[in-house]
Amino acid sequence: MKSNYDVIIIGSGPGGLAAAIAARENGADDVLIIERDIELGGILLQCIHNGFGLQLFNEDMPGPTYAQYYIDKVKDHGVETLMDTMVLDITPQREVFAINKDLGYLDLQAKAIVLAMGCRERTRAQILLPGARPAGVYTAGTAQRFVNVEGHMPGNKFVILGSGDIGMIMARRLTIEGAEVERVLEIMPYLTGLTRNYVQCLLDYGITLQKHRTVNRIIGRDRVEAIEAVTVDEKWQPVPGTKEIIPCDTLLLSVGLIPENELSKKAGVLLDPVTNGPFVDDRFMTNVPGIFAAGNVVQVYDLVDWVTEAGFTAGKGAAQFALSEKLETGEEIPLIAGENIRYVVPHKLDKSHLAEEQVRLQMRAIVPIEDRVLVTVEDQNGEVVAKKGEAYARPGEILTLAIKPKAYEAIQKATSLTVNVRKR
Amino acid sequence: MAEISEIICVTCPKGCTLRVKHEGKQVLEVLDGCKRGEEYAICELQDPRRMVASTVRVDGGLHPLVPVYTKQAIPKHLIPELARALRNVEVPAPVKINQVVLADALGTGIDVVASRDMPKAGA
Repeated sequence: MKSNYDVIIIGSGPGGLAAAIAARENGADDVLIIERDIELGGILLQCIHNGFGLQLFNEDMPGPTYAQYYIDKVKDHGVETLMDTMVLDITPQREVFAINKDLGYLDLQAKAIVLAMGCRERTRAQILLPGARPAGVYTAGTAQRFVNVEGHMPGNKFVILGSGDIGMIMARRLTIEGAEVERVLEIMPYLTGLTRNYVQCLLDYGITLQKHRTVNRIIGRDRVEAIEAVTVDEKWQPVPGTKEIIPCDTLLLSVGLIPENELSKKAGVLLDPVTNGPFVDDRFMTNVPGIFAAGNVVQVYDLVDWVTEAGFTAGKGAAQFALSEKLETGEEIPLIAGENIRYVVPHKLDKSHLAEEQVRLQMRAIVPIEDRVLVTVEDQNGEVVAKKGEAYARPGEILTLAIKPKAYEAIQKATSLTVNVRKR
Repeated sequence: MAEISEIICVTCPKGCTLRVKHEGKQVLEVLDGCKRGEEYAICELQDPRRMVASTVRVDGGLHPLVPVYTKQAIPKHLIPELARALRNVEVPAPVKINQVVLADALGTGIDVVASRDMPKAGA
């Protein structure tokens, strides 16, 4: 195989696939995807449920179908792929070191890199669950892979901690496969996943959800025998007299996702402590010239369609960088999280880019507003340069707003832009 | 006797709770929500349906299973029976996306199809 590439993409989930397609369509000749699994597609392959593609295709597809659309496209576009290959290190000079069973140690040089490693589940260690350490404690995504791809049932009687979407989807999936789901526990006073999943995954199957309640202790020596559930107060302290022993043989954890950035750090990529992903500009380039990032490695998205879109943007930027060895940059200004906004992606905007096309901003609210809201982008003088109404704002659902080229003139005077979400 | 039931609408992510005034399956009035919510409430009361996704066994495939789904939503009460029926299905590799693995599932006229290609092992 070659050792020099225009663009090397690390990871073949929806972000990586889209980046590869966009890189080829924007003039990069030699594009390589490196994937650690034995096939392309990433986590979509184990997300066999419907609900994907509503934004981009206006169609309700299962995860594997959505993935295959882009996998087929990647193959048609003449993208090289290396499967079953682990990237060990990347450098700021865009050298990529990887290892493969047949090819051995690989030392590759890229003109541009797209980081598309996705995210990882939080584990028992990260939520400090006390009690014994028997077999039978899994993250929801691991159980999902066992059940949907490898054909193993990880248990018969389940308790699920966390009402995130993966947890609820697994509650339904395990029930369909003949297991019993005794309980779903949620430490927060509200559902953390989508209402749609509460109805179709829990209510439909008569599975009980208890809020403000968590696992106090895991019981069992070799295998989980039960868990002790407890109600918590506003400060997450156990409320006396609320303990309940729930017999089960398996505990699934659906307690959040973290962008996977070990490789990024090695290359000198700076991470935003709020998103746990790289600081990026509106082309999804990191602080290291020529190193881009796309998808859940940047922020944890709630819709795959947005990941694909981010991949297209990053792949296009990477191709342009590879062809010119730099990106022509105009003046960059910061995008700041303002009132009731936890973070904004991208972190920086190149003012000249708006001349040609819109730039999409994505943010999360800090506290829910169950009322009509207005999202505004304001310059340093409080002048509104873009705005969008929404029916509500919830921390669990990303807010998006596109700054259109018609705002080009207004933005030329801006030295910073602040995003706010307020009740109308 | 008219009664009022609460139905959580899943048409959009907002997830409104709709109060529905009805006599048996006859909807008299949907008290909250929008036009789409009203349609959902009527459908949910008269003929609730769901898309179902699962897996079936593959002989000689890259993985031992291939994911499948119902081409259209099937009546909700048939889900457990469909799950049992799919446990008895096995298809030989290779499988192509959209290949029918169970035709006219439970006499509903709805096919269950593969949601991805499944190549032969080692191919």
